Amino acid sequence: MKLSTNEKLQILADAAKYDVSCASSGSNRKNTANGLGNTSKMGICHSYTEDGRCISLLKLLLTNYCIYDCAYCVSRKSNDVPRAAFTVKEVVDLTINFYKRNYIEGLFLSSGIFKNADYTNERLIRIAKSLRTEHHFNGYIHLKIIPGCSEEVMEEAGLYADRLSVNLEIPTERSLKKIAPEKNHTSVYTPMNYLTGRISLYNDEKRRFKNAPKFAPGGQSTQLVVGASPESDFDILHLANNLYSDQKLRRVYYSGYIPISDDNRLPALKAPPLIRENRLYQADWLLRYYGFTVDEIVNEQHQQLDLTMDPKMMFALRNMHLFPVNVNTAEREMLLRIPGVGVKSVNMIIKARKFRRLGYEHLKKIGVAMNRAQYFIEVSGRPLGMVSSDPDKIKMALAAREKRNQLTLF
Amino acid sequence: MIYIHDNTFDGFLTSIFEIYDLKILPDDICGEKNLQPSLFADKRKVTTDADKSRRVLAGLKKKLSAHGVNSIYKCWLSEQKGIEMVLFRYISYALKSQRNIESDFSNNDVLEVSQVVKKINREIHRMHAFVRFQKTSDEVYAATIVPDFDVVTLLAPHFKERYRNQHWLIYDTKRQYGIYYDQQEVIEVKLEDAQWEGRNKVRRSVLAEEEKEFELLWKSYFKATSIVERTNLKLHLKHVPRRYWRYLPEKA
Repeated sequence: MKLSTNEKLQILADAAKYDVSCASSGSNRKNTANGLGNTSKMGICHSYTEDGRCISLLKLLLTNYCIYDCAYCVSRKSNDVPRAAFTVKEVVDLTINFYKRNYIEGLFLSSGIFKNADYTNERLIRIAKSLRTEHHFNGYIHLKIIPGCSEEVMEEAGLYADRLSVNLEIPTERSLKKIAPEKNHTSVYTPMNYLTGRISLYNDEKRRFKNAPKFAPGGQSTQLVVGASPESDFDILHLANNLYSDQKLRRVYYSGYIPISDDNRLPALKAPPLIRENRLYQADWLLRYYGFTVDEIVNEQHQQLDLTMDPKMMFALRNMHLFPVNVNTAEREMLLRIPGVGVKSVNMIIKARKFRRLGYEHLKKIGVAMNRAQYFIEVSGRPLGMVSSDPDKIKMALAAREKRNQLTLF
Repeated sequence: MIYIHDNTFDGFLTSIFEIYDLKILPDDICGEKNLQPSLFADKRKVTTDADKSRRVLAGLKKKLSAHGVNSIYKCWLSEQKGIEMVLFRYISYALKSQRNIESDFSNNDVLEVSQVVKKINREIHRMHAFVRFQKTSDEVYAATIVPDFDVVTLLAPHFKERYRNQHWLIYDTKRQYGIYYDQQEVIEVKLEDAQWEGRNKVRRSVLAEEEKEFELLWKSYFKATSIVERTNLKLHLKHVPRRYWRYLPEKA
């Protein structure tokens, strides 16, 4: 049976959606004289799915035929789903035409594995190459690197792609062996480490020569599936922290495992662990933008993130001896540790306090969430009256507030 | 004294010039279009003068960064009621201060200017995201928009750079003007007796044949890429407020 482009699109977008990365940011590609498109430093989300995730790139599998049988994956060999494969021309046409209508920032292309890693990756690269060289397309391209991919193939991928990613998926080798028998972590770390070296070489060349040939200017990312295996948040965040510091990844994505299969290698979940996933992203933000060390967020005593409170609040409640922080004199580092104060507010506070002493009313107007911040701040020796400094009482007050807010919704 | 300008940015800057020239503080500064009848206040009709407006701008450039001067223009485009008086106070604070006041966020006017600019920038970003072109049979990629603020001219640099190789039109159907790019430059256009379809969309009859097909493909993609088990309409609506749905084929 021959499928129409529309039917293939439905099958292969559906199969690609569990890869949560959709970022179109971090690249620096400009348009060319006769070209189509460019990249935006901050990225642009052109729409949002009904589950609230950003749609920035046209995210597709080239095919969902796969020789592997990874339990967590909807495209695994043993799963009975309709299969399809795009031609190069179909993917190119969809990308160009969607892009010209301003539906997307570019293409995210991944694939089920047919034959072997290199054979599959070469087919993905062929599409990227056609877009770049025949169609002068300068929008964003994110290519998936299949575990086990060779260096020669990655070299070519980096020429055309803005971002490359190879997915760890399962945080530990032991769990991976159980769930995905054909995979091992070496086949992921080898290409990842190669890309780390290659991208840092490019960044170095870029500083020295204006026209250094591009190699994945948007860097590399990876994805971890959360809740399909028994690792704690401590394990996951330490792993992420290493990926940021050693492999210099731009992003680690956390994908709450969605019970798509009744495979008995996996735990039976009623619903995807969405709150846990959200807490991991909050913790990830603290690592990347707030200068937290991973031990401040999770440690031997606190291996799981709290599901009722965000990780920054939990840090503050465990460390009351550091508070209250004087907003008029404190260093940036401490301002960033106050619950209810974001990076933007910190920047505004630091600039504004050069003019005059800030009071509580100023903080509120600037955008500080005083309901949370009130327990942890003071303005020049003037603590806010009547607030508790007992962590248990603060917890109760915040929980009561949360409950009131929920009630008013109904 | 109420200073009345002709609803142009030059007119507003000329009013600022006259306030300093006459040394009579304003009770209000407003456009002739928005003038409320008032029995008691003195009124002064300001005649727009490019030279005076240029001199005010030159004065501001000495006291503010390029970003700060641009902020004043962006606030002006907000069309927000009373924004002229906020801008007047902001400008007088900037002019009399010895140092740059752009980041004095505990001053109410400085904070308000920064917040209005934030709103405008958010609207520009949303237009970058939600403008949806439809290809017409004469190969123009056309989009209609109804932005909250008058930002259509601020969209030109982004779309010009990105769609260098196609003719495009972005038209604000509420303010009835737009920008058109002919692969050379962007010009402001006003369509006389433009006829729109439905909720001010480009008429079906002028669209290219393949247009319907790509909208259909896009809808298929949108549907397939949602994860039903994670449905969260509240979050969805936060990112795509209903007032923007009219642009989006996937929400039509």
